[in-house]
Amino acid sequence: MTAVLSCRNLSRRFGAVHAVDDVDLDVEPGARHALIGPNGAGKSTLLHLLSGVLSPSSGAVALEGRDISRLSVSRRSRLGLSQTFQHSLLFLSMTARENVALAVARRHGVRPWPRRRVHSAVADRAGQALGTVGLADRSEVPAGSLAHGERRQLDIAVTLACEPRLLLLDEPAAGMSPAEVERLGALIELIPPEVTVLFVEHDLELVFRLATTVTVLHLGAELITGTPDEVRASDAVQEAYLGTEGQHTDLFLRPEPAVDPASR
Amino acid sequence: MNAHATVAPTVESAGAATPRGRRDIVRVVLLVTLVLCLVGLPLVADPFATTTATRVLAFALLAVSLDLLVGVTGLPSLGHAAYFGVGAYTAGWLSIHIGIDGPVALLAATLAGASVAAATGWLAVRSGGIFFLMLTLAIGEVLHQVAHSWRSVTGGSDGMYGVPATTVGGVDLANPGFLYWYVLGAFGVGYLLIRMVVRSSFGAALRGIHDNEPRMRALGYPVFGYKLAAFVIAGAGAGLAGGLLVAQQRIVTPDDLGFTTGALVLLAVVIGGAGTLWGACIGAAVVVLVRDYFGPALDGHGPLLLGIVFVIVVYVMPRGVAGVAGIRGKERAA
Ligand SMILES: Nc1ncnc2c1ncn2[C@@H]1O[C@H](COP(=O)(O)OP(=O)(O)OP(=O)(O)O)[C@@H](O)[C@H]1O
Ligand SMILES: [Mg+2]
Repeated sequence: MTAVLSCRNLSRRFGAVHAVDDVDLDVEPGARHALIGPNGAGKSTLLHLLSGVLSPSSGAVALEGRDISRLSVSRRSRLGLSQTFQHSLLFLSMTARENVALAVARRHGVRPWPRRRVHSAVADRAGQALGTVGLADRSEVPAGSLAHGERRQLDIAVTLACEPRLLLLDEPAAGMSPAEVERLGALIELIPPEVTVLFVEHDLELVFRLATTVTVLHLGAELITGTPDEVRASDAVQEAYLGTEGQHTDLFLRPEPAVDPASR
Repeated sequence: MNAHATVAPTVESAGAATPRGRRDIVRVVLLVTLVLCLVGLPLVADPFATTTATRVLAFALLAVSLDLLVGVTGLPSLGHAAYFGVGAYTAGWLSIHIGIDGPVALLAATLAGASVAAATGWLAVRSGGIFFLMLTLAIGEVLHQVAHSWRSVTGGSDGMYGVPATTVGGVDLANPGFLYWYVLGAFGVGYLLIRMVVRSSFGAALRGIHDNEPRMRALGYPVFGYKLAAFVIAGAGAGLAGGLLVAQQRIVTPDDLGFTTGALVLLAVVIGGAGTLWGACIGAAVVVLVRDYFGPALDGHGPLLLGIVFVIVVYVMPRGVAGVAGIRGKERAA
């Protein structure tokens, strides 16, 4: 089985900081692959290297066996790789519907003249996508006026509207209320199995609810990749998370994440 | 889409059905009145006023084309007058040396504006924000210098004079009223075409780029190509406006594509409220009236007055005339 996405010897330095250090990763088709690790472990940087937002210092990225290391973000997106960002990137002056419509419209072809039928098809599709994430009654609200949790939901609606084959989510639950996290979990469970999901998340309860594979990143390097149970049992992971404090609590049995994501 | 004349996302949900229907009627009545006033103007105004109005139209089309860059795409250009000048010189040269018909000269001016915008835009649109401002300023200055030094074609600092009166189908439009209608017609075509672009899915993508360029990339939009396309379309509009300018002035000087013109048209867009095409037209009217109408009476202090107008606009109505009119829909979020 060839991996949907794989990277080899992927590194990215910022000056002296090795944000991502020689990482090999294979994301299998249909996987719900979680990427966890303490703050500053390089999770976001790794996602950015995969989606093309950042270019690597060295190493290669392949999508379904094809080397995409040199392709731009927009090319990778058109190949079916879509990303949400840790800090939601939305079109704040536009309504929720218009945000999603931009994602839908690209797939219908963009023209500099009006096309009524396409326009209404796009609007309908955008409305549906909003319904899926539970924002149906907020579709005409400017994205800038949405609450934080709603923005994250909108972010996912926009990304799903790209109809990706591989979805990269960077801390989708950050700053969400428990009810919103619950809905988010259900939403991710509803994503069709042919769409592969690679997600970064601090909420370990959510991670272990969804993930089929877990990779732990520590100081830019891959610590372990395995099934949720293997990772839960690993001593190295305990140490990486608990660091010098030397506490011996089982981190993964406690719902509290190591760091409060809402503080960022 | 409905008949909103705005560029900003329109509000669909605001009122109930009846007030909205009423608002549409008000809008249609206003629009018809406006068109009648514009068309009827030469019948009541004296020739000098008609001529000024003609110049306002040419400048307004320039401002509308710039608004596609500044207000819609978020690319503030200081060198937009360059393509205006290219259009004016092209139409002027063809009229003098080949004696082509007015509309053909306008078409040539449009194409020339688009071509030069394509040739320079691929460099400019790689940057954004203040760098884009500086790059377009530099490009404008280079073309300004070319206009000065390429004497055999442009006439250098004396300008390209002796442009014959515009002819349409062999009939010449020496009468200011006829010329005004001709320019009004061409302005209308240019305005409606740019408005069509702004309201299309391509226009929505340009607004997306304005709002959040990285996300547009993540959505798979080839942002560079879109910005270049917007730049070329804006250049075409500026070229057409230049063709209209020379039809009225019948002389082109390097000043027409200089820094002052570029700054004035940017001022017009800001006064009108960037992102609103009709606002840009109002801004253009204010700028031309202050410069050409009140300016001489102020003994050369027109620019000072414009400076004051600018400061007032920035402080009192940060979203321009259109913002005050409140038709732009919901606020942009901070
Ligand atoms: N643009 C940048 N310039 C310099 N250093 C950076 C940059 N981006 C990230 N870093 C550094 O790289 C390291 C990894 O950062 P990254 O954001 O990838 O971590 P993360 O695992 O996503 O952390 P968090 O859980 O806080 O989101 C950190 O030390 C960070 O300071
Ligand atoms: Mg991060």
